[in-house]
Amino acid sequence: MAEIALNTTMSVSQEKVAAVKRSGAGDVRFRILSFSAAALVVLIFLGMMAALADGAWPAIKAFGWSFVTSEKWNPVSEEFGALASIYGTLISSFLAMGLAVPVGIGIAIFLTEICPLPLRRPIGIAIELLAGIPSIVYGIWGLFTFAPFFQEHVQPWIVDAVVDIPILQDIFAGPPYGIGIFTASFILSIMIIPFISAVTRDVFETVPGHLKESAYAMGCTTWEVVWHVVLPFSRAGVVGGAMLALGRALGETMAVTFVIGNSHRIHSSIFAPGTTISATVANEFTEAVGDVYKSSLVEAGLILFFISFVVLASAQIMLRILHKRAGGISG
Amino acid sequence: MAINKRIYNGRKRSNVFFLTLSTLAAVFGLIWLALILSTLFYKGFAGLSLKVFTEMTPPPGQDGGLANAIFGSVVMSLLAVAAGTPIGILAGTYLAEYGRYSKLADTVRFINDILLSAPSILIGLFIYVVIVATTHTFSAWAGAAALTVIVIPVVVRTTENMLLLVPNGLREAATALGAPRAMVIKAVTWRAARAGIVTGVLLAIARISGETAPLLLTVLSNQFWSTHLGGPVASLPVIIFNFAMSPYEDWHKLAWAGALLITIAVLTLSIFARLLESSKKQ
Repeated sequence: MAEIALNTTMSVSQEKVAAVKRSGAGDVRFRILSFSAAALVVLIFLGMMAALADGAWPAIKAFGWSFVTSEKWNPVSEEFGALASIYGTLISSFLAMGLAVPVGIGIAIFLTEICPLPLRRPIGIAIELLAGIPSIVYGIWGLFTFAPFFQEHVQPWIVDAVVDIPILQDIFAGPPYGIGIFTASFILSIMIIPFISAVTRDVFETVPGHLKESAYAMGCTTWEVVWHVVLPFSRAGVVGGAMLALGRALGETMAVTFVIGNSHRIHSSIFAPGTTISATVANEFTEAVGDVYKSSLVEAGLILFFISFVVLASAQIMLRILHKRAGGISG
Repeated sequence: MAINKRIYNGRKRSNVFFLTLSTLAAVFGLIWLALILSTLFYKGFAGLSLKVFTEMTPPPGQDGGLANAIFGSVVMSLLAVAAGTPIGILAGTYLAEYGRYSKLADTVRFINDILLSAPSILIGLFIYVVIVATTHTFSAWAGAAALTVIVIPVVVRTTENMLLLVPNGLREAATALGAPRAMVIKAVTWRAARAGIVTGVLLAIARISGETAPLLLTVLSNQFWSTHLGGPVASLPVIIFNFAMSPYEDWHKLAWAGALLITIAVLTLSIFARLLESSKKQ
């Protein structure tokens, strides 16, 4: 009896050894598989950089630095300079940030400090829905609803109001087209407000309760708690969230393409039509004939890639700093 | 005491002032949401009819629908999700299970986060240079490839986050029973994080269904019913773009109807994703 039992256990353990070996091989295979998928993410990124550089090479060779210093964009004579697009990209994004950052932070303060508890979730979700609406919808809404309204009811009024004020009359000048840099910035800001408010709210929630409580215990008002405790504590995260939104604004295409006017000019007035890198590419790419024209559009894309890479990488670094610090405190 | 009173009142006033501003900021956000959605529903429903789903995109001045565009969008999205989901899940698994604390995984995570918010038009340019320029033809395959590049980082991010939420005790229990690592991941952690991973896939579908710019550069469009994936096909976002930019009233109407369809699809998907996510947390 004992012998039989011993035999069976031996054969079972041999089977087990074989099974462990098999699954050991399966283990390695699975590990390699998941590693390759992770490596593919890096390859896509490097491939994107290489492909843009490769596609842009003819234009880089043809125009050199004048590509970023010249405003001339002439498909007929095949002379291309992206300065107007770069200017439009930067100015529309920064104008959008000017409106979206205070409003986004305000919404986060409202949601974390003021809003009655039962309403926090629904209002938070509603604001985030704004981020879910596809950008092409913002585009046609901007073109058919916002721009005509702005053209008829707001723009002439602003132009009249500032007509005698020295600098403002240049900034808000021009015939009321409705479309233009300002309209694009305004729609961009509505699109990025939910990003800023969502990140800021999450960051505000990492502020330890006892810090706020001690400030309240000293007799601080709600605003003083926000200003002296919550904001300084979460500064890195708020800046990170804002940079993330800036990255989005810089590259946003459809909403801008519809309403910016697509003109390769740099104008002192923000009511004037302009263009951005992404709007130029979206508008002209499929109609671009000739290698130099196409290549110039790719080079503009390469420039956008570098600008947004710098902005997005800084955003990630800021958010990581905060994450580490919050982790350190709670842990 | 008089001075104290002045300071006190000043503090009270600034408190009320800034809190009112914050509330107004929230009202500001909600007003635009209401305005955009109400315009969209008002104009979109006016253009919506059975024809939208059964007829092809018309030439200007004639009756028609969006059937071919809906078909193209669905096919390309399905292809992109089918290709992007396994890659995304595996990469997310590597980050959460194998390389949780390694430097290498940290680099991958960083690059993934950048890809996640990279301008989608650049992904269009990338695929154009790599696929369209080498095959010399705009195609649905190229469009699906561009969408895949957008799907992957979304799925990687959510998969990793959801796997990190799985308690280590589960992994330890399975390992103590003698299960090899791959088995622990496949049979235990993936199963525990299933709802979260599905959430990621839903969010990815929501994200690509409105993408226009990359399709514009890789698929072009097509006025006809086309199941030939090696050539241009119509897609909802590109049709909306072309029709809205045109001067024809009928085309504008169809563009609004298309925009309404996309928005309903996207919002439904994100609401589902949210429900799944919150049921998971409880």
